[in-house]
This record gives sequence, structure tokens and C-alpha cells, in this order.
Amino acid sequence: MSEKEKLPGHYLKSKEMYELPGLVEYRPRVRYRFSAGQAQTRFLEGLKEGKILGVKCPRCGRVYVPPRAYCEYCYAATSEWVELPGTGVIHTAVISYISTFRERMEKPEIVGVVRLDAPGYKEDSYEFAGLFHKLCGVTEEDVKTGRAIGMKVKPRWRPPEERVGDVNDIECFEPVVEG
Amino acid sequence: MVRVAIVGIGWYGFKPSVPELSFREMMFEASSRAYMDAGVDPRSDVDAFVSCQEDYWEGIAITDEFAPEPIGGVLRPTFTVAGDGLQGIAQAYMLIKTGYFDVVAVESHAKPSDVESLQEIYELAMDPHYIRPLGVANPFFMAGLDATAYLERTGATREHLAMVAAKNRNNGLLNPRASYASRVTVDEILDAEPAVYPLTRYEIASFADAAVVVVLASEEKARELTDTPVWLEGIGWATEAGTGSPEWHLWGMMPSMRVAADMAYSMAGISDPMGQTDFAEVEDRFSYAELVALEELRIAPESAAHKLLEQGVFDYQGRYPVNPSGGSLSMGVAFEATGLARLLEAVLQLRGEAGAHQLEGVERAVVASWRGPPTRTSMVAVLSV
Ligand SMILES: [Zn+2]
Repeated sequence: MSEKEKLPGHYLKSKEMYELPGLVEYRPRVRYRFSAGQAQTRFLEGLKEGKILGVKCPRCGRVYVPPRAYCEYCYAATSEWVELPGTGVIHTAVISYISTFRERMEKPEIVGVVRLDAPGYKEDSYEFAGLFHKLCGVTEEDVKTGRAIGMKVKPRWRPPEERVGDVNDIECFEPVVEG
Repeated sequence: MVRVAIVGIGWYGFKPSVPELSFREMMFEASSRAYMDAGVDPRSDVDAFVSCQEDYWEGIAITDEFAPEPIGGVLRPTFTVAGDGLQGIAQAYMLIKTGYFDVVAVESHAKPSDVESLQEIYELAMDPHYIRPLGVANPFFMAGLDATAYLERTGATREHLAMVAAKNRNNGLLNPRASYASRVTVDEILDAEPAVYPLTRYEIASFADAAVVVVLASEEKARELTDTPVWLEGIGWATEAGTGSPEWHLWGMMPSMRVAADMAYSMAGISDPMGQTDFAEVEDRFSYAELVALEELRIAPESAAHKLLEQGVFDYQGRYPVNPSGGSLSMGVAFEATGLARLLEAVLQLRGEAGAHQLEGVERAVVASWRGPPTRTSMVAVLSV
């Protein structure tokens, strides 16, 4: 900022500012261990084995991925487990050029929601069996032009010895190469 | 005016830990039982849902958004009260009173076993400028300060506090929800090392994982749904200046509970609580708190709760049983579901469904809870059949 543009007053250096007695620094140290519960535990165990598991509502037939112990529409307990092929299509995708703190990232990040191929999925369902995940092999152009939407994708699994029963056991979803 | 009744209640847990279920699954289990009890389908018969939870207990910011799904509230009017379940009951009461809502469900749950740093969360509830920097080891110092001031003001002694703990820990032995019940004696309590003087570990309630769901309905709807409605005759709540300003607090007293009680009593037409009600389920997460509560609820005259306690008035077999369930000392503190635990026990007693610890011929009860330290928020309800 040039001298001319400066507003009147005494400019504080950041060091001076943080030394003001009115600011009390505090860093929370809270820690949790979230119980995954029945439905989620089975799902995470599935990931470790390289499987995407869903659970089916006995009333409406919706398949929940990630699984729930209940169907939120029918308020019925779910119990029938199904293994999904893992393939699906990109439902929506986004390119982020900035971090949570709004700094420009070196490499943009592409993430999306994948609508998984699921037995008995009804086309107009508000919900579908799906996963929010990173997309790899999908370009910025693919997203910008809308080509990404509907693109067939499959999970890129980490090698079995690296899997821990975590959503990161899937590295990302990547386009299915036809033929 | 529309009367409001409790037509269904369900619970899950009341265990030191419920490792088999996630908090959402606990909510689903408790609500399934409540809807079964009320004979309603939440997807079509419940007009609004209230969930009582607090972000730091959950470890989820804007935890409100996690509320609807496990209790049947998706795409239906749902909101969260960042407070005790009894505050949620007050909201349900008002919704029904408007005439626009016939059936309202209230949920609260707690999963303290998922929280690794309870002390740090308590610390976060302290004033950031002049309490946290002191680094006082145990945030329960608030309870110790209160207990000491109470003993000083009333002339009660440590023996009286131990008597409360012995009474409630033993009462719980007949209650399947009382994981912390124990056949402990007054002497054993007095001989134990103080935890936060003058309180020993027997006099400080432990934590419990639990979920409770309550279904409320207008009188017309209640008569359709059940033969045993439990009427919510009055409800009140209040918060003092206090959490951030310990210097100004009336130590050894709980003015918020007095205000809440007066509010509930005036709605219920109660001028003599002990004469007009049969028993009470009240705050007891610390032994002294039960005595404070009994005075603020006007069940005992000022500075006389310990004398009535000594005479056995509040015993399970006494003239006016207090915490026949064993209270929080036996059932544990379930974060914001603690008030609903007291309500649950009162509802079961009034319906004659309390099982092994069923009182005889009870028709009207006082329910009172505090949000616990360091809050200065209390809630009171009057129930009848
Ligand atoms: Zn369904």
C-alpha cells in the first residue's frame, strides 16, 4: 500500500497486536472416540476386505451406503446386507482451488458424489447408495464442461496390507476404462 | 386450554458404556420403544420433533443436523434445544398449546463413553478470561464450593450429605437402569477419601450412556392413544447469571430452580408441594444438590432439608420418597438426557410400571433437574395421573 493510500492512525504490527492484553489465546484439547455402531462397523470391516457393503430397507427397498441401522423414510430397522459391485456414476463434482482457510492450493482438488450401482435402486429416489469421495483421473475440464457428470467410475482400492477399515481404504474413485 | 399429556416413553442404555451402538443407533432404539409405547408411527403421526443436545458433548459442530434421521424426523419439523431434555419438554408443551401440533416427540441422548476429555470440555465451559487461565485442576470445584456454602448456611453436616448418597445408591439396587447402585453405608461414605471436599466419590455421580425419548400429545389425542396418560400439569425453567461469574453466584442455593419451580407450580395450582404431591425425582448428581433442590422446590423449608432427611421422610419407605429410582447417583449423569431420566422414572411410577421399585398409590410427582456444573440452569415439571 502506498503512503498516499494509508488511512490515518498508528499502524499495529501483528506482533504488537497479539501482545494486547485483551486477547487471551486458548487452544481446545478435546478428544473423542466415536463408536461406529452396528451398521457402520460392518461397513468399515467391508472396506478392509475391499468390499462396499450396503444395507437394505425391508419396506421400501432402499439400499443405504453408507449403511444405517434404520431407514430414515420408513423408520424401519434395516438388516439385509448387500455387497455392491463398487461401480457407479458421478452424480455431481466440484473443483476446489482454495483450502478451508481460503489459501490458493498448488494443485486443485476434485471431489464428487458417486451414485453407486445398487440392486433395486429406484431412479427417482431422493437418496441413492453413494459415497462422497476424491475423484482421480477426472480432469478440471471434465468437471467444467459437465462431462464428469454421469461418468462411469470405480473405486481405486489401496493394497490390502494398507487397509485399516477406514473410508481412505478407497484412495479415490476413477473412471472406468471401457473395453 | 388444551391439556398436555405424556403418552409414550422409551429408553436405551443407562450403562457406563454402550459400545455396541452409535449415538444414532441409541436414538433409534430409544425412539422405537417410545413410539411403540405411544402407539404412533413417527412418519405420519408425530407433528414435530425436539432433540436436546450440545455440540461439545457430541463432538460434532451444528449437531442439530444429525437429529432428525434416527428419530423419524426427516423432512418434518425438527429442532434442537441446546439444553436439558426437560427444556425440550417445555418446548413440546408450548407447541401443543398452540393448537397446531397434536403429537410432539422429545429426544435426548448422551454418549460420555465416546468423550475422552470430559475435563477439557468442562474447562471450555469456564470463563476464558479469568477462570481458565487459573488452570484449576478439577472443574467440579464448583460443586465443592456449593456444598461447603450449603453446609455453612444450613448447619447440615457431612453426615447428611453421606446419607443422601447412601439413600440413593441403595434405592437404585431395585432399578434395572441404575448401573451405579451400591449397598454402601453412610460410614463407608464418610470414611472414603474426599474427592472434592466435602464430597467423596460416592457423592459424585458417574457418567452413563443413555437415550430417552418422550411422546407428548394434546388431551384429545392422548385419550385416543392411551388409557394411562400422564398429565404434564406444569413446567418451568430458568438460567441465572453464574457460569461466567462465580463471584456473583448465590452459593449453596439454586435460584434458577426456585424460579422454575414457582413457574411449574403456578401452572399446576400447587402451593404446598409436599402436601399436594406424592414423591419427587430431583437433581442429585452431587449429594448436596438433592438437599439444595428440595429446599428450592419448597418441598423442605429453608435450611431444613437435612432434618427431614434425618427423620427418614425422603427414604424409599418414607412419607415423601425422593429419588426412589436411585437418582443420578445410581443411574449416572447422561449429559442433557439427565432431566429426562428423572422424568422417565416419575412417569413409570405414576403409571404403576416401575417394577421392583414401584411406590404405592402415587398420583402426582415433582421432577427437577439442573444442567450440572458449571451451568446455572434448572428445570422443574409437575406430573399427575
Ligand atoms: Zn425404507
